[in-house]
Amino acid sequence: MAKRSIVPFGPQHPVLPEPVHLDLVLEDETVVGAIPSIGFIHRGLEKLVEKRDFKQYVYIAERVCGICSCGHGMGYCESVEHVMGVEVPRRASYLRTIWMEMSRVHSHLLWLGLLADAMGFESLFMESWRLREKILDMFDATTGGRVIFSVNCIGGVLKDMDSSMLSAIARTVDDMEANMAPLLKTFLKDYTVQSRLKGLGVLTREQAILQGAVGPMLRASGEEYDVRMLGYAAYGDLNVEPVTAKAGDAYARCEVRLKEILQSFRLIREAIDKIPEGPISVPVKGNPSGEYFMRIEQPRGEAIYYVKGNGTKNLDRFRLRTPTTSNIPPMVELMKGCQLADVPLIILTIDPCISCTER
Amino acid sequence: MGKLSRSPWLLHYDASSCNGCDIEVLDCLTPRYDVERFGVINTGDPFQADILLITGGVNSQTADVVRQLYSQMPEPKVVLAVGICACTGGVFKECYNIRGGIDTVIPVDIYVPGCAARPEAIIDGVVQAVKLLDEKREKIRAPKGGNGQPGGTYGSEK
Repeated sequence: MAKRSIVPFGPQHPVLPEPVHLDLVLEDETVVGAIPSIGFIHRGLEKLVEKRDFKQYVYIAERVCGICSCGHGMGYCESVEHVMGVEVPRRASYLRTIWMEMSRVHSHLLWLGLLADAMGFESLFMESWRLREKILDMFDATTGGRVIFSVNCIGGVLKDMDSSMLSAIARTVDDMEANMAPLLKTFLKDYTVQSRLKGLGVLTREQAILQGAVGPMLRASGEEYDVRMLGYAAYGDLNVEPVTAKAGDAYARCEVRLKEILQSFRLIREAIDKIPEGPISVPVKGNPSGEYFMRIEQPRGEAIYYVKGNGTKNLDRFRLRTPTTSNIPPMVELMKGCQLADVPLIILTIDPCISCTER
Repeated sequence: MGKLSRSPWLLHYDASSCNGCDIEVLDCLTPRYDVERFGVINTGDPFQADILLITGGVNSQTADVVRQLYSQMPEPKVVLAVGICACTGGVFKECYNIRGGIDTVIPVDIYVPGCAARPEAIIDGVVQAVKLLDEKREKIRAPKGGNGQPGGTYGSEK
């Protein structure tokens, strides 16, 4: 038996911009175990509900993570609205859905770029991020912010989109869909990409369910599970079907995310067609009292929000379980038996968001 | 302009950022902004970096990492704090695990505020950092007690 050695991976390393540390146990080049340690960017945001009132905390919830910003703001607002019994105007729900789907496109394109970068496919990285700029431009035009755009508030949204803006979004989406074709072709058909991704880090359906994988990671293993089907915000009116793949390997995860981008384009178009006229927010009076448990589908998977109010302006407790937290145990399993050179790719295929995980 | 300022190498570290600034830093490398055409390269190696670009405030876990990265970089070096959290602690200032801005741990030369800092602002910060890098380099190169004129180059015989 080969001698075991431990290679420290991170926190500062070239693969991810975020700090994560892994102790990789190696036998020659083969990984036999991985011990993750997280906590480098723990800030203690859940505790901050005791210092900020529940309306101010929306801004903190949005800054749990810069990539899933819109989703966290929406999840928090919807939970508090449920506690307080606030009926959000339909137009606000539709606007939230449009921004949420745009966030999904931006997040998945970002991930595709990082994946290409981890494979050493530099031009594909640049191409993905070039396309992503169009979505950021639409965020900029509709909200004034590129990555963190505080539009959610308790009782609705802060900014409206007029009909010319909505048609501009529809035009951008059409344009992006046309531009997705070469990207789809390269990611799904290119020989180099296939040889790097196919058969890497296979997660079977049973394993995925047993270890609690969520989001594209779970769907790539063949399980049809998408929290958007619960119909929160305006998803109840839209035609959402989970995008799945069978193989469960890195290639399948890439395929699921690519197809989810196309699905998001469709959902944005559908929401723009169906959006009703009306107010975008309702005034909120009083303080939350009671508790609520809310699930939403973030780009990375299912996120769980729990709020507990005690009738004062400060909440008792805010709890957030992020998709990456659930995806780390299957990731550690996937690493056993892989080659050292494949470690960055396997880490990337779960689309880790360390900032959410550690809060 | 010296060789360094024509091609400054950046080292990016996320001290406790929310990712917002990090993806904007990466955005600077991609086709819309493309700072690589000016020779700015994002490196992962502190021993080869000229500019340390840090996002996010400092907490007890990352303080040592930041200090270590700073000490591993060769002189002259410039520290760039990107985003309001790196400058002062920002919205996270009252969190129990945040000590404050980067300047509570290492000296910061340039502050780029914003939440998240826009790519234009980050590029402007890097341009200012390059100027400062030149000044620091001149100071190192000037002979002791000399007339302030730059003399000799690195590794020259005398």
